[in-house]
Amino acid sequence: MALLEVEDLTVQFYTDDGVVRAVDGINYEIRRGEALGLVGESGAGKSVASLALLDLIRAPGEIVGGEIRLDGRNLLECSTDELRGIRGDEIAMVFQDADAALNPVYTVGEQIAEAIRVHEDVSDRAARDRAIDLLERVGIPEPAARYTDYPHEFSGGMQQRAVIAMALSCDPDLLVCDEPTTGLDVTVQAGILELLEDLARESDTAIQLVTHDLGIVAELCDRVLVQYAGEIVERAPVEDLYYDPKHPYTVGLLASIPRLGDDRERLPTVPGTVPSLVDPPTGCRFHPRCPYAEDACARRSPPLVEADTETPAAETAPDAHLAACLEYTGDLEDGLDYEVQVRDEPPADRSDRDRGGETR
Amino acid sequence: MSLGRYVLTRLLVAVPVLLGVTVLTFSFLHALPGDPVDAIIGYQSVSPETEASIRAEYHLDRPVWEQYLLWLRDALTLEFGRSPVTGRSVAATIGRRLPATLALGGAAWLLALAIGIPAGIVAAVKRGEPADELSRVAALAGIATPNFWLGLVLLLVFSVRLGWFRVIPPDAPLASLAMAKFMLLPTVTLGTASAALVTRLLRSSMLRELEAGYVRTARAKGLRERTVILKHVLRNSLLPVVTVAGLQLAFLVDGAVVVEQIFSWPGMGRLMVQSILQRNYPVIQAAVLVIGVSIVLVNLLVDIVYAVLDPRIRY
Amino acid sequence: MSDRRPTTERGRIRIVGFDDADSSQRDSDGSPERTDAGPQSPTGATGATGAAEPVETELEGTERHRLADAWHRFRRNRAAMVGLAVIVVMAVLAVFARPIEVSTAEYTIAIQPVSLVPHDPHQPAVGPANAPPSLEHPFGTDWAGRDQFARVLVGGRYTLGIGLVAVLLALCVGIPLGAIAGYFGGWVDEVVMRIVDVLYAFPFLVLAIAIVPILEPIPVLGEGFWTVVVALVVTGWIGYARLLRGEILSVREREYVTAASALGVPDRTIIRRHVVPNAVAPVVVQATLNVGTVVLAAAALGFLGLGLEPGSAEWGAMLSRGRDSLAQGHWHITAFPGLAIFLFVLAINLVGDGINDALDPHRDVSDDRRRMR
Repeated sequence: MALLEVEDLTVQFYTDDGVVRAVDGINYEIRRGEALGLVGESGAGKSVASLALLDLIRAPGEIVGGEIRLDGRNLLECSTDELRGIRGDEIAMVFQDADAALNPVYTVGEQIAEAIRVHEDVSDRAARDRAIDLLERVGIPEPAARYTDYPHEFSGGMQQRAVIAMALSCDPDLLVCDEPTTGLDVTVQAGILELLEDLARESDTAIQLVTHDLGIVAELCDRVLVQYAGEIVERAPVEDLYYDPKHPYTVGLLASIPRLGDDRERLPTVPGTVPSLVDPPTGCRFHPRCPYAEDACARRSPPLVEADTETPAAETAPDAHLAACLEYTGDLEDGLDYEVQVRDEPPADRSDRDRGGETR
Repeated sequence: MSLGRYVLTRLLVAVPVLLGVTVLTFSFLHALPGDPVDAIIGYQSVSPETEASIRAEYHLDRPVWEQYLLWLRDALTLEFGRSPVTGRSVAATIGRRLPATLALGGAAWLLALAIGIPAGIVAAVKRGEPADELSRVAALAGIATPNFWLGLVLLLVFSVRLGWFRVIPPDAPLASLAMAKFMLLPTVTLGTASAALVTRLLRSSMLRELEAGYVRTARAKGLRERTVILKHVLRNSLLPVVTVAGLQLAFLVDGAVVVEQIFSWPGMGRLMVQSILQRNYPVIQAAVLVIGVSIVLVNLLVDIVYAVLDPRIRY
Repeated sequence: MSDRRPTTERGRIRIVGFDDADSSQRDSDGSPERTDAGPQSPTGATGATGAAEPVETELEGTERHRLADAWHRFRRNRAAMVGLAVIVVMAVLAVFARPIEVSTAEYTIAIQPVSLVPHDPHQPAVGPANAPPSLEHPFGTDWAGRDQFARVLVGGRYTLGIGLVAVLLALCVGIPLGAIAGYFGGWVDEVVMRIVDVLYAFPFLVLAIAIVPILEPIPVLGEGFWTVVVALVVTGWIGYARLLRGEILSVREREYVTAASALGVPDRTIIRRHVVPNAVAPVVVQATLNVGTVVLAAAALGFLGLGLEPGSAEWGAMLSRGRDSLAQGHWHITAFPGLAIFLFVLAINLVGDGINDALDPHRDVSDDRRRMR
């Protein structure tokens, strides 16, 4: 049994403009010790999906359906007290914007020690010592001295390390990281990523990494989910996703990553913006932005299937490569017309073989 | 910069303000129409010799700037002269009246916090629910109710009709049970509007803080909602309430002027109203000075308390 | 079905073909799905043009647009509309309760001839003293036998007049001083703000008590109306000065002002084009709320018997003998003027909150510090 199983999770927000389905029936699982990436543009519902794991969705939002099972126990049926016991202890969260995530009027150390005291029956002294150990573990120099510092006395990177220390305080089974490096300097980002990588490698803590940055996912994750407009459109082991993306949206995301030595004049971007979820597009939600869209795309909603065998998602192994595009149910007339070029170290050695089914 | 340096800079900024307060108060006697001596003597008819001696006592025979300095020196030693109406020392009169106003204002302030803080918390946490609507209506009504009217109505209902309280203060020391009982109605009258203001202020600042990222972090840690609100959100939300403490004091003093009149409370407010009707200007001048200086000092204290409460403030 | 094979090589990847497949080509293929999709497909496009529009429109245009939006939001706020209705009704009653006449030595001209109530509010003994409410005198009579109904209605003239005039004059003093202090900074700012600090040290009633004996003998100010207004303006302007200065300091930090400044746009233009539109909303809200504060303060002065002539039909002054009449059990004498003040101040606060929400829907918190001064 997987550590976490999410089944048909649906989250709605009630806004002035109407009901928004920020997360629309997503399914996935995370195995113990695994690092899973959840990528997509902002507005795709990634953060909402992550907050839902801890039942931290607040009004005007609401989880309206589905199950979130941790070790087989459905969190959505837990009492408030049971949930509190799980939050921070079994599932912990690292938030985007560490500056806002820390309370400005309490010391950093106190905020970490508080997380320990709430779940374990320890003396203040012991909680303090453990908090200092944690600060050291996440790479904060002079942890004993920094324990009594206030958040504003930490740099941005230090603050994020402190937030990670807080999340690690009770040795969680699952660490949910929501855009952990957004807003940090590139060098600082690298440090935080290194820390998370060590964690992913050394401990048996599973990680769910939410990001819009495919580069980070490549470095850290074992498997990747691509979310678009509240739905999962592709799921694959990380290397398969990069070297053989199946969904046009994933392709668009990959195409828009700038790289050193790029000889193209301009970077392609995914045209348009994430659609309004009050009134999502009919059929495939990506079709208004999809360069390969055909008539059928506006009418039929593509199921998530294993790309090569058409096996429905529910019957596939966790490592299967799934995508939700009519191409894989045989309903696309013109096919997907792109290729993935892999450039090895001598960049001259260009493989030029994958010409998709453009002629039929 | 250290807290000590911060306090020192605040002190330095307060000095010109304090000087301004004294200059303004000093000018009061001179701004009155006619000779300042008449303002000091009041309605008594005095011989030219007495007038000359008063002129000398108040340094009115000197140039204005010298008068100011001498007046300032006298004020610093709490030497405010004698009341032209009663002949008693002005400083002694104020010394007698100040505790009564402090007791009333303090009680009203505590009442305002005791009602306003819980009401503000409940309103913010239960936003949009009946409890919130109720507290908003009540707060708006509290702000709109003139305190003199509220005082009169309370007096009519509880003292005149029901006879639960005396209509005028008992002849008892300030710190006595009889006095404490009598103080109930004036305290409620004075504290209502402040309580309403605290409620609204705390509700709005709390709603702002509830959106902050640290609240989500605290919940994600597994803290009880109660702890999240009372430990994490409340402390941040109270900061704006602290900053208005100086304004609250001014607001309470204004209220005391009216409320003391209604309940015949022997405090500074009633003293000032009596003095203005009797044209007793030296008493007014001294009272205005005491109040002005107190408010400047309280504002200074507020700045310091704020710096202690909010670790981010260190200039 | 895709017949692409997964790549087995590892190295840098690059996508070819995605950007080539331009959507216009697909459209020319004859696919009608663009038009089919109707409302959905342009989401991205309309979003982009919608954002671009205000940039292109003239400043005046967006300003008008914003006001129309604000008015629309205000109208949907039921509490604020009720408040507005109460104020309008009270104003109409105050104006039309009794005729308004201007008298010179020779003749008297009635500017407003309508008379809603039969009795003159200042005429004593139109009925028995302290009579309880009756058909003849709906609000009863006071100790001098004057008709309370007429007095309460006409009393609205004082309240509305003082509230309006005092706030407008305070705005005239506070806005220029605050704008100058905020924009030029330096010693000008220092001086203005120290004056503000000094005045903040005096509670309104304390200052008014000190000012009244100074102003009273000045004949122009006679009658007491202007004494009260001047006392209210002296204490009232500091709030606006402080607010406007703060707004300007924050606006000045924004890049477009720096940019305009660097381009050599004159200070006057910068203030008019960039600073004023941003600072207007909070000032309007504060001014509205202040009408309530000012009315309460004026009534308190009237209650204490300061400023206005004794016997004036001002709501606060009508309560000044309330303590005696209460002791005698005449509840109606206190009830009606008090209720009138309460209703008016409540209505003003509802309107002020409504304006606040309408002008600045994102900052839903009204800063309640404004209500204290």
